[in-house]
Order: sequence, then structure tokens, then C-alpha cells
Amino acid sequence: MKLDSRIPEGPLEKKWQNHKANIRLVNPANKRNIDVIIIGTGLAGSSAAASLAEMGYNVKAFCFQDSPRRAHSIAAQGGINAAKNYQNDGDSVYRLFYDTIKGGDYRSREANVYRLAEVSANIIDQAVAQGVPFAREYGGNLDNRSFGGVQVSRTFYAKGQTGQQLLLGAYSALSRQISKGKVKLYNRHEMLDVVTVDGKARGIIAKNLVTGKVERFGAHAVVIASGGYGNVFYLSTNAMGSNGSAAWKAHKRGAAFSNPCFTQIHPTCIPVSGSHQSKLTLMSESLRNDGRIWVPKDLKDAEAIREGRLKATDLPEEKRDYYLERRYPSFGNLVPRDVASRAAKERCDEGFGVNKTGEAVYLDFAAAIERYGKTEANIQGIDNPTKEQVKELGTKVVEAKYGNLFAMYEKIVDDNPYQTPMMIYPAVHYTMGGLWVDYNLMTNVPGLFALGEANFSDHGANRLGASALMQGLADGYFVIPYTIGDYLSEEIRTGAIDTNHEAFATAEAEVNETIDKLLNKTTKKHSVDHYHRALGKIMWDKCGMARNAQGLQEAIKDISALRAEFWESVNVPGSKNEMNPELDKAMRVADFMELGELMCQDALTREESCGGHFREEFQTEEGEALRRDEEFAFVSSWQYTGNPSEAELIKEDLIFENVELKTRSYK
Amino acid sequence: MDLKLKIWRQANTNSKGSLKDYQVKNVSADSSFLEMMDQLNEELIDKGDDPVAFDHDCREGICGMCSMHINGEPHGPESGTTTCQLHMRKFKDGDTIYVEPFRAKAFPVLKDLAVDRAALDRVIQAGGFVSVNTSGNTLDANAIPVPKADADAAFNAATCIGCGGCVAACPNASAMLFVSAKVSQLSLLPQGKVEAKERVTNMVNQMDLEGFGNCSNVGACAEECPVGISLENIARLNREYLSASLTSSK
Repeated sequence: MKLDSRIPEGPLEKKWQNHKANIRLVNPANKRNIDVIIIGTGLAGSSAAASLAEMGYNVKAFCFQDSPRRAHSIAAQGGINAAKNYQNDGDSVYRLFYDTIKGGDYRSREANVYRLAEVSANIIDQAVAQGVPFAREYGGNLDNRSFGGVQVSRTFYAKGQTGQQLLLGAYSALSRQISKGKVKLYNRHEMLDVVTVDGKARGIIAKNLVTGKVERFGAHAVVIASGGYGNVFYLSTNAMGSNGSAAWKAHKRGAAFSNPCFTQIHPTCIPVSGSHQSKLTLMSESLRNDGRIWVPKDLKDAEAIREGRLKATDLPEEKRDYYLERRYPSFGNLVPRDVASRAAKERCDEGFGVNKTGEAVYLDFAAAIERYGKTEANIQGIDNPTKEQVKELGTKVVEAKYGNLFAMYEKIVDDNPYQTPMMIYPAVHYTMGGLWVDYNLMTNVPGLFALGEANFSDHGANRLGASALMQGLADGYFVIPYTIGDYLSEEIRTGAIDTNHEAFATAEAEVNETIDKLLNKTTKKHSVDHYHRALGKIMWDKCGMARNAQGLQEAIKDISALRAEFWESVNVPGSKNEMNPELDKAMRVADFMELGELMCQDALTREESCGGHFREEFQTEEGEALRRDEEFAFVSSWQYTGNPSEAELIKEDLIFENVELKTRSYK
Repeated sequence: MDLKLKIWRQANTNSKGSLKDYQVKNVSADSSFLEMMDQLNEELIDKGDDPVAFDHDCREGICGMCSMHINGEPHGPESGTTTCQLHMRKFKDGDTIYVEPFRAKAFPVLKDLAVDRAALDRVIQAGGFVSVNTSGNTLDANAIPVPKADADAAFNAATCIGCGGCVAACPNASAMLFVSAKVSQLSLLPQGKVEAKERVTNMVNQMDLEGFGNCSNVGACAEECPVGISLENIARLNREYLSASLTSSK
């Protein structure tokens, strides 16, 4: 099979404009007769649902949570990028495009990324028009800050709650369409399969999570905006319910899955403290604007700190190793996430870790507090301020910037980060891989679309900070409203979708069969979480921050064996006709057990290091990632054949006409 | 630490519920309240018992999905904290802890500790938005400067996580704090002023329709709010509502 990305002709900066001008449209009267199903109500799903409903389509929106506002976009902290150049610091659409391509280690499509940069400015205008309260300067204009991997300030933010504010904006727009009856909301519903008729996506099978009832829903197009699959690792910064099932079910119905091994390990998360832990908590990358990352220079000091004999604050400057500033002087603490994560792992592997488990580094705000304190003293006209005064004033500034993050840290760790440095360690955060889509964001299954984190398209092998919000909203507000028409213009004569078609009956029966299989077992050994933890450990140890061929081969075998054991003896309590969160979890974990295997297969096949994918066999003498453009400048897309790791590999060559492939350097 | 738990068990909306006794041992002081519940559930599952249903998702205190009335308070004893961010170090070894669902007429129990809070969504659907369509041609974001103080106040109101803790805390099960947070946010910003009158009227009407009680200025809502939404917002809502009812052309 061949995948056609359908990138429009013409120069890079004209592609989207030309495409929009030439795309097929659906007239308003016909839109009223067309139904669109949208799975997920995060930034991509809510914005798409609202926008398509405003245009006149009938939308059915699904979320597994009790309210669309709970989708995990809500937890995004730091900000959203946009090429507004409000700071007059040299930003432009081209520079945002270039930073994103480079940050993604040259493993994404030029045309898609350029379009993303192009529509980024519109997102900010749209959000402000909706009443999103971004941070502002005293003059009343919007404020910006800087994020990793770039040298301009283009990140718009609302304290450490930017995702919340943007999602509530999209949720408001969605709510307005619900009130008009243009969107029918199905909350507490989970998609369990996509239904195809004559090769086209025609609807879904979903479970009502309150009654347990399995139901059929028809539509002329199905849009998957269900987020990423980071929870395959068990511990991640994702929400407990975040899952890969919608995308995985689409894959099993024929949609190609691309670059599954490209996972982002975020450098600044609260370290694991014990086996009770159910999830990991991110500390926003924005903290790296002001926090300095370090470990002790001497192994003896690190050991003393681990054993509680020495405090971080007692270690003098000259005995600290600010290793990011040392290794990458031009970007310092603001190197991209993959680089920062690997550097932390390297120091901890060498024995410099600073918590009991030896897997933590410091993120220190003392210097920032002093710097801000001095500025503030000047502003207030305090001559020769005392050290205490400076500290107090500086603390207030830091609190205004990051107060909620510091409070969250203190709640979880029981330690005051204004007084002693934070401890952080990398954790699974985001998945760049996802369903393959063409330029119209349609998968290779006609009528099946994928938006936001659920698709693979824009971030290559590593996503830059504050770009996930940008992509989710770009896809939902400004791309799909145009591109879906190109497909739906062919559907105006189709009429209502008949859910009595045998394809619906078959899919529904298969879902019920899976449910029965999970519930009715002769031997029930362990809970769902037991298997999920075991899967997470395999993935983290062998397909995490560093990977090698031997480990990946072992992982594929181990996962396959674990999956067999899971289906043999997982203990799922309760029945099918009731609210049964354990059953819902079991179905998600069952899919993770297959997806994890494909991730390992993809990682094994990609014999190079790029972005978040680090193969130990492929590194420079200095331990930096060694990309192999000659052989691997392609998107790996996998076609399901019945066994996850035996999927067929389809390569889409990445052609770079506008940027020169370089070794990514942040030195 | 070892704990005794008295947990509300109810099979579904229409059945009767009651408090049941449980014990959970060797709980880490570093685990969150929900992780303690996970531990209990895993033990119940291993024993062949029915685990306790409860709502939760992000476990970072921002999605608003976790609920629970713990020892008589929504989200438990620690102020400014959601249940997912409440840690067991706030309890003592040997404690008996009462765990119940949020109680309000507008929040029917679905199962055990999970309640239906869709009424809050319907209040937002009644007017908690700016009527602006998606457009690539809207005003530039900096075209209308917004005083920093207004933007900050709007932000503070907008941080409401929609958990419904205010409703559960209120003796009247009123949703005034929730509604006032959205009304405040949008009435403080120039973009939201255009339809401020219709918004406040429609939202308050919907709130009443949903069966939420009236506000009698008890203030428990703000006291228990996990994100510190202030009572000032209720004052602003009342002002907006009064002004709308006096000046509305309808």
C-alpha cells in the first residue's frame, strides 16, 4: 500500500492559501444534512466540534469524562506559541516553522509545519475574542515568555494554567453550540470501535459508561481527537483516563499508525517517590526560564545529599555542576526537552542523583529570586537592601509568576521550593506518534480524520514546549473546518447513515464479545492495575529514554507474554450492565498491551537516534543523538495485519526543499 | 499508616445507599487520598469484592473531576486542595475517615462516590460564553488593550475548575460561586461586556431550573473552594444581575 500525503503544489508559503482557494466546499443547505462524530473534547476536539457546528454541520461530540471541560488539555501549564512577533525580537512565521522542524529533529513534513506556524497567530486572536484571560503587561497588551529550543519570546500564557484557560474558551464555544442543538454531547461515553462501510468511516460503537450499554452511532465522517497514548508507560503526566483506544481501534480497522516510538519524556517532573504512585506530575517548562538545573560536582557530595547528611543549600557554588549551562552554553537551561531529559539521565546514571532513589536533579530558583529581588528593590527605591529584603522581594516576584506550580510541588513533596531547590526527573509526557494523516488531516481510511495529539503530523521526533496547544487548536479551529469539506462534498447525496447495516451489527457484536471475555474468566489472578504496572515497567526500562536492539527484542517478547497472561487471568469485577470503571480500564489496558508492542517494533526498526528516540547504538562520541538522514529521513507508518509487531511498514520519505538538514546543535 | 474508612456505597441512582466499614493498612504518608482509595480497591478486587466507584482524572488538581465529601468537607480537611492533591500525611495513623459523595439535589449519585454534575455544564450552555464564531479574520489580539488589573481579576475568576465543591459545601446547595466565577470573568473583559445582561439573566435562570438553592451569604463555598474563588464574585454577580434586571430592554 502507498500513502499519499497530498501536499499541495507551489512554494511553501503559498501552499495553504492555494489549497484553501481550490478546496471543494459544501453549501450551507447541504451541511445541515451531514453528521460528524468527534471523539474527545480536548483542545482539538472541542474547537473542531464548535467550529464545524458553527458552519452548520450536525456534530455528535463524545468524551469519557463527566464533562467536556475535563479533557486533559486542561492540565497544560506553560503556554501556547504563536508567531505574533509582539516582542519585536525577530520572530516570524518562518522562524516558528524552522524552530519546529529543527526541534522535531527533521522528522516532520515541511508543508504541515509551515501551515501550523501560519495559522498560529489566528489562534491568539480567536482565544482573546472568546474571553480567554491571557497574562498582560501594564499597558494592556499581551505578555510573552520564552520556552525551550527557541531564542525568541513567542509564548502566550495565563500563569501556569494556559491549557485550562484555552480549553475553557473552546468548551464555551462548544457549550454555545450545544445550547443551539447543533452539537449533541455524549459525556461519559467511550468509543470502542470505528465502523467502516465499503471502506469509508460511517460511525462508531460507543459504551455508555453509566449504564454499560453498548450503542451504535452513525455519521458521514468520524474525527478522532482523543489525545496521546503516554499511559502505555503506566506512570506518565497524562490523566488517569487518557488512553489510546480510539486511535488503536482505528488502526485495527485499517488506519496506518505512524512513528509510534516517538514519545516525549519531559525533563521537569516531580520524581517517583514510591510504589503507591499512580501518576507523575509535571512542573511546567516555563520554570526553566528562571530555574537553574544542577547536581553536585563531586560524587561524595551527591552521596552525602542522598543520605541526608548534606543539604543542597549548604553546597557552595563552585561545588555545583550546572550541567546544561556547561554542555549547551548558547541555550543553557532552555535546551529542548529531549536534550534536557537525556542530560539528567546521564548525570543520574553516573551517580550524581540527589534523592533517595538517585533519580533526581535540582531545579534551583535562588539565583532568580536574588535577581528579581534586586530589580524590585530598585523599582521601590530601596538603597542597599539587606539580603533578607532582596529575598523577600524576589520571592514575591517568583510567586506571582509560578505560584500555583510551587504550591502544587509543596503539596506533593511536602517541601518548600522557595527555600530549597526543587527536585525533578524526566517523565513520559507526550506522544508525537499517532494516526497517519494527509495534508487534510484525513487518515488512509476515507472519512476518518485525526486531530491534535492523536495524529502524528507536526512535531517530528520531538515536540517543542507550548506547541501542543498550538497544534490542537490549529487543527480544530483553522484546518479541519476547511479540509473536511473536501471529503464531505462527496457525501451530500448519501443521506442519513443507517446504523442497522450489518457492519454496525458485526462491530457491536465484537465489542460485546470482548467485554464478555474480560468479565467471564475461570481463573481471576490479578487486578487490571497489576498488568498495567508490569507493562509500564517493560516500556520504561526498554523503550524509554534510551533504547537498544536487544532490549527492544526482549520487550516485544515480554509484552506478548504479558498480554497472553492478561487475557487468561485478569480479574475484572462487576458486570457489564452497570457503571464499572474497572471494566473500562481493562479495555484501555488491553489496547495498550498491543500498542506497546508496536512501539517497540518501531523503535527497533528505526536504527538511528533522533529527538525523543535515542538508540544507544547510534550516538556521537559526546553522547549526542546520531541521526542517519540517508537511511531514515522518513515517516514510519504501520499497517495492522493481525499481530501488533508484525504490522507492515510503509515509508513516507520526508522531502526537505526549504530547510537544510543539519545536526541539531544547542551548544 | 493504618486507617478505618466509612464509605458511602450505593449501587445506582435509584437504589438506597449506606455507609460501609473498611480497613486499609500500610498506607504511605506520601500517597494521595485517591492513591489510598486505589490501594483499598485493589485489595477489594483481590478479595473478590466490588471496588468503590469514584470520579477522578488528571490527579493534578486542575480537571475538577474528583469530588468526595471527606470528614464532612468537600475535598477533605485541607484548604485550597482538591481530593487528588490531598495527601495522607494530613491524616494520623489509626484515624477513622468518613467518605461520602457530594450531596446536592442537582447532583444525583450515579454510583458510590460518583455524582452527575451535568447541571453545571447546562448552566454554562445557558450563557457562559462570548457569542463569537471561529474566524481567521477576527480583531488582532492586541487591538483592545485590557488593563492588567482587569485581566488578572478575570483570570482569577476563570480559574474555577467546575468541581462543584461549592455546591456541596453550601447548606442550600447553591451554585452561586460557580455561576459568579464565569459571569465575573466575562463581565470584566471588554469582549464579554457586549452580551453581559443576557448572560447573567440566562445563567441565573438556568441555575434555578436545575434545582440549585439560593445564596444566603454563608460563605462556606469560598472557604471550601479548592482554587480560592472569592466571594467578591458573588457580589459582582448580584450587581450584574440587578443591573440587568433594571436596565434590560426585554
